[in-house]
Amino acid sequence: MSWCEYPGWFLGSEVFQNYGCRMAGGLWITTELVVISVVIGFMLAVGLAIARLYGPRWAQMAINGYTTFFRGTPLLCQLFLIYYGLGQFRPFWQDVGLWWFFREPFYCALFTFTINTAAYQAEILRGAIQSIPRGQFEGALSLGLHRWATLRHVIMPQAMILGLRPLGNELIVMIKSSAVASLVTLYDLMGATKLAFSRSFDLTIYLYAALIYLVLVEVIRRIWDRVELRLTRHMALR
Amino acid sequence: MFDKFALLGFGPGGWGLPLLQGAGITISIALATLPFGLALGLIVALGKRSEKAVPRWLATVYATVFRGVPELLTLYIIYFGIQVLLQELWHRLGLPGNFSMPPFVAGMVALGVVLSAFSSEVWVGALNSIQKGQREAAAALGLSRSQAFRLIVFPQLIRVALPGLGNNWMVLLKETSLVSVITLPDIMFITTRANVTTKEPFLFFGAAMLIYLAFSLASAWGVAKLEARSNRGFAAFGGATR
Repeated sequence: MSWCEYPGWFLGSEVFQNYGCRMAGGLWITTELVVISVVIGFMLAVGLAIARLYGPRWAQMAINGYTTFFRGTPLLCQLFLIYYGLGQFRPFWQDVGLWWFFREPFYCALFTFTINTAAYQAEILRGAIQSIPRGQFEGALSLGLHRWATLRHVIMPQAMILGLRPLGNELIVMIKSSAVASLVTLYDLMGATKLAFSRSFDLTIYLYAALIYLVLVEVIRRIWDRVELRLTRHMALR
Repeated sequence: MFDKFALLGFGPGGWGLPLLQGAGITISIALATLPFGLALGLIVALGKRSEKAVPRWLATVYATVFRGVPELLTLYIIYFGIQVLLQELWHRLGLPGNFSMPPFVAGMVALGVVLSAFSSEVWVGALNSIQKGQREAAAALGLSRSQAFRLIVFPQLIRVALPGLGNNWMVLLKETSLVSVITLPDIMFITTRANVTTKEPFLFFGAAMLIYLAFSLASAWGVAKLEARSNRGFAAFGGATR
């Protein structure tokens, strides 16, 4: 018996035991999708938030449009637009040598999730940077710090702490939203569960999947709370 | 190039009318879910703040579960689960034929349950912002607990909760796209079908995006108006209105 069959065996569920390995594989795909997209999305969001606040007028307007567009439409629709819609221009992608990317549902989902979460995270960071009092800027400038140095050493560390909680929420939202990847033929945790159901017609498998998602989300939420408490221990906030 | 856009029109072979109907379904399910989800959320919030351990525990577990499970999974569990349960009941009662779950009801229940879990957080925050003195004064005036809630606490609650509830509404509007997977003919369902027929995915999913975007922008405007209206008595304190 393989290790991934044990949870089902332990809980006395035949279907969970039979499909345990597929679901473990699905959980791994979900993890890959979420971790990669949230990390790359975060890096993009830092740049976007700074350009949104201090960039030239045209960049501000473009970024504003981008965040409004991706925050105002459903993730499912974005995923379909990119997976099915961009696939329509196959000759073009083949010409530019990007067809290998837009052919794979995994890369399409990864790409969609990344640009989606980048939009949300950029808005979170913008709000956090904006709520740093002006005096912090002025103080740093009067000490002779360059604009970039001010941003890097004075503003961003404080903004990150303010953004910690909403960024944690965004991570959790992404874990849950990643379930839509199952609708573009990906076997993530949701996809593997659907497969198990379509073969066994045993509804309890959905409950086990719900339990896995719930445990995942709760564990991350608690770890995040600990991290936040640790990082803000010098502050008199709480 | 331009003949492609005729596919979105109302002429023969145009998908304009189905798309409009889909948009109508999307709005209807969002509007039908809203009162149900918000009312349930308020009940859960009152449960969370209860002095008795059992309702407090139940409400906390309920909110934790439905905030932690993906909406898509909740939708499947409710759609198939209720179907199986009611089917069982149907046969027990000896009724002829089969029971089939209307997708609209399943979608409404699933989205409503998720909305109630999220809005309960907003309600709790708003309830905490009402000072104890308000309830005590109401009791001193001889109002019963339910009267105090209805006449004193609730009207003040709305103002504080409105920004959070507005957020919940925007999330709900986007989540309705998921009901297309249980065959409810909303925007996503119609565009998916149009894509199968016409093989023009970019055009149709792009159109769907623009419809959702229009809904979101209209909602943002509406919520801002409502907030301004609910804050109209508070301008003197500053900050409450722009």
